[in-house]
Amino acid sequence: MANYCSSSSMVDLWLTTAAAARQHVCFHLIPRLSGVVPESCLLIVVGLLVGGLIKVIGEEPPVLDSQLFFLCLLPPIILDAGYFLPIRPFTENVGTILVFAVIGTLWNAFFVGGLLYALCQIESVGLTSVDLLACLLFGSIVSAVDPVAVLAVFEKIHINELVHILVFGESLLNDAVTVVLYNLFEEFSKVGTVTVLDVFLGVVCFFVVSLGGVLVGAIYGILAAFTSRFTSHTRVIEPLFVFLYSYMAYLSSEMFHLSGIMALIACGVVMRPYVEANISHKSYTTIKYFLKMWSSVSETLIFIFLGVSTVAGPHAWNWTFVIVTVILCLVSRVLGVIGLTFIINKFRIVRLTKKDQFIVAYGGLRGAIAFSLGYLLSSNHQKRNLFLTAIITVIFFTVFVQGMTIRPLVELLAVKRKKESKPSINQEIHTEFLDHLLTGVEGVRGHYGHYHWKEKVNRFNKIYVKRWLIAGENFMEPELIAFYRKMELKQAIMLVESGQLPSALPSTVSMQNIQARATPRLSKKREEEIRRILRSNLQNNKQRMCSFSYSRHTLFDADEEDNVSQVHLRKMERRVSMMKGRMSHYLTVPADRESPRPGVRRVRFESNNQVFSADSVPTAHFEQPSTPRTPDAVSLEEEVPKRRNLKADGGGPRGTVSDSNQGELNYQRLARCLSDPGPNKVENYPFMS
Amino acid sequence: MGASQSARTEHEFQDLADRTGFSLEQIGNLNKRFRQLSKNEETLSRQDLASISALDNNPLRAQIINAFFDKRNLRQNEAGTVQVIGFEEFLMVMSHFRPAAMHITEEEREKLRREKLRFLFNMHDTDSDGTITLEEYRRAVEELLSKAGTIGQETAKAIADAAMLEVASTTRGKMEPDEFYEGITFENFLQILKTFDIETRMHVRFLNMDTATMRCGK
Repeated sequence: MANYCSSSSMVDLWLTTAAAARQHVCFHLIPRLSGVVPESCLLIVVGLLVGGLIKVIGEEPPVLDSQLFFLCLLPPIILDAGYFLPIRPFTENVGTILVFAVIGTLWNAFFVGGLLYALCQIESVGLTSVDLLACLLFGSIVSAVDPVAVLAVFEKIHINELVHILVFGESLLNDAVTVVLYNLFEEFSKVGTVTVLDVFLGVVCFFVVSLGGVLVGAIYGILAAFTSRFTSHTRVIEPLFVFLYSYMAYLSSEMFHLSGIMALIACGVVMRPYVEANISHKSYTTIKYFLKMWSSVSETLIFIFLGVSTVAGPHAWNWTFVIVTVILCLVSRVLGVIGLTFIINKFRIVRLTKKDQFIVAYGGLRGAIAFSLGYLLSSNHQKRNLFLTAIITVIFFTVFVQGMTIRPLVELLAVKRKKESKPSINQEIHTEFLDHLLTGVEGVRGHYGHYHWKEKVNRFNKIYVKRWLIAGENFMEPELIAFYRKMELKQAIMLVESGQLPSALPSTVSMQNIQARATPRLSKKREEEIRRILRSNLQNNKQRMCSFSYSRHTLFDADEEDNVSQVHLRKMERRVSMMKGRMSHYLTVPADRESPRPGVRRVRFESNNQVFSADSVPTAHFEQPSTPRTPDAVSLEEEVPKRRNLKADGGGPRGTVSDSNQGELNYQRLARCLSDPGPNKVENYPFMS
Repeated sequence: MGASQSARTEHEFQDLADRTGFSLEQIGNLNKRFRQLSKNEETLSRQDLASISALDNNPLRAQIINAFFDKRNLRQNEAGTVQVIGFEEFLMVMSHFRPAAMHITEEEREKLRREKLRFLFNMHDTDSDGTITLEEYRRAVEELLSKAGTIGQETAKAIADAAMLEVASTTRGKMEPDEFYEGITFENFLQILKTFDIETRMHVRFLNMDTATMRCGK
């Protein structure tokens, strides 16, 4: 028991040190420095210090255990990257990314390995015992661009989306190549000879590893999506499913010697759209923050351990070998990028400029994966220490030198940066508009192109896949509407938090400025009356909700109720101002209302009626007839049956019905999104997100 | 017919290539497609375009077809539509979807942006009055969401309203309660889509492959 506790407390101590290091060193103690030096560098330095400290004490500093690394530290980072991978730029550039990942890494491995072998043949270096296969093995380890390092450095420089996705995508997808090359060369160097058949098998192996990994990931992703369809009763453990399935995908593929990283990416990418349509907003937030937290901690630990391992690890320093390795890595990367871009640009419409190429080449950082792979080499492998030293040197060079200088270089070369823009509904509308427009133009033009196939995939997705994987009626919802709802939700939440409408510039533009003034405007008095009625409505709702029984399975506690009601109130106020035009139809002279309006609005409203009157959906929450009511409060209960009679009735408080309808619509949207419904909730609000 | 027609065609094509910026091979391919769509006639009508099966599931089908017959897109500075278009007009409209060349100056890039955004603007501004009114925008969003079932119809209005509000807020800032925002002008349109990479996004691939039909006239 004592041992168990002590090892747990060791882990805890390391984690605390890591978190503290990140927090204090990076942000508090040396704030200015952290603007210049990327965090990864600082953390490695911390690791060096800690390692040095431990050595001074006389203890043996722990080395980054490869098993720990590959099983615990790497997956959260990759899952975080894969789950939040920006799909649109990724799929638009997937060809280029694959070329860089596969051919680029192969080129790097053989170039570095081959030339190093040539170097080792030179007598004066003193490494004639290193054979070709060992060199190639070393080349394959040190040639892969590392996602952790890339993420750490590129996070801060805000480079334009294209370059970012190229380097980042490459770092993720080259795992398959690295795995295959590493295993192949390790096998070969044990056997000693290579035949043509072996090479052919190697190629086959590559396809199996990469495609197999993707397939495993996709299967688990679909499983996760399918599971999330049924989790509406157990919302609290929704995030757990996401994490579990992803980790299972990683473990399964690693077990079969497939590419775990690609499995993890595939799993995250596949499950995300469906899971997000199914889970509650809180679960989504939980997933987001847990992923960020874990990946952050992992990253910190990795870099610190790198520093510690440098102090601890056995070293065999050979000046020539190490320096030539570093130079060769740089040279091969530059040559590879330039050469491949030359070929790729013939097939791309948006070509890669010289500046883009430079950043892609310069951003090819090596990191902890290379170190761990080197560490995994069996200890009686000749020259293991030499290799490890060289790997660490390359890592240090890329992370420190390249990592620190990339930001000034980006500014110096005036490379296009990421455009910081607020999510804009106009842009979203036009994105979707453009998609359909371009698909149509491709249809006119004749031969099937990029947009046509994309459209086909979307249709397949909508008709067949979404039906199975998304709960309720949501699968019909197009992206634009989902975006709009998310935006509204965000604004409502921001309202609660900041107490005012978020807007870049103070704007007093409201719906009345836009609506055509066909009907007389609402008088202030009327507006006040409506507000009063709405407010008292809200009070009633609050009272009713408070008397709900609290159970472990609802997260709908008192604070949330306040927030939600506040949001509701504010949203209602916004709705009031936004819907003045509409409301005036119902609030003016009763004569207007007698005659059925032929306009579209009435028709739409009718359809609303049909939707809600069919079931007692809106009132399910608020079934508390014994609650005392204020005299002029119009309860929501009353409104339900009366909605049917809307046409016949005249003015007065009925006018608020339309508003409350809209309000209920919003309220339920909010309720569904913001909270996990309690045991009395009614399933399946039609047409609600 | 034979030789003289091909000679004339080559000359025409060269002229068109200079004017629209397509290469000769691309024009050849597009000509083949034009002949295919127009059933070997000299002009293309709306029915010919409407018969393309690839457009069947497209929510913007009607607007796309209209765009081909809109005089504003044919580099003619007048409003209105034409009934039939010739190959030259076909090319004019298609040239809006050419990708940007690799090395273009800032000025040319801006010009390209304006051209492409003008095309989009014309698609929304159905009554050619130079502004996109709330009704026109609503209709555009409704068309866009027309394949999304009832839910599309309900939220289309709200989305269009929110979008209009956003434009008004960004371009006009403060407005008195009784001021009226007439509609989105082209300048406003440019402003709200400032960060939208239209010059890199609004393009389709035009193949450069040499086709046999270009030579068969000889």
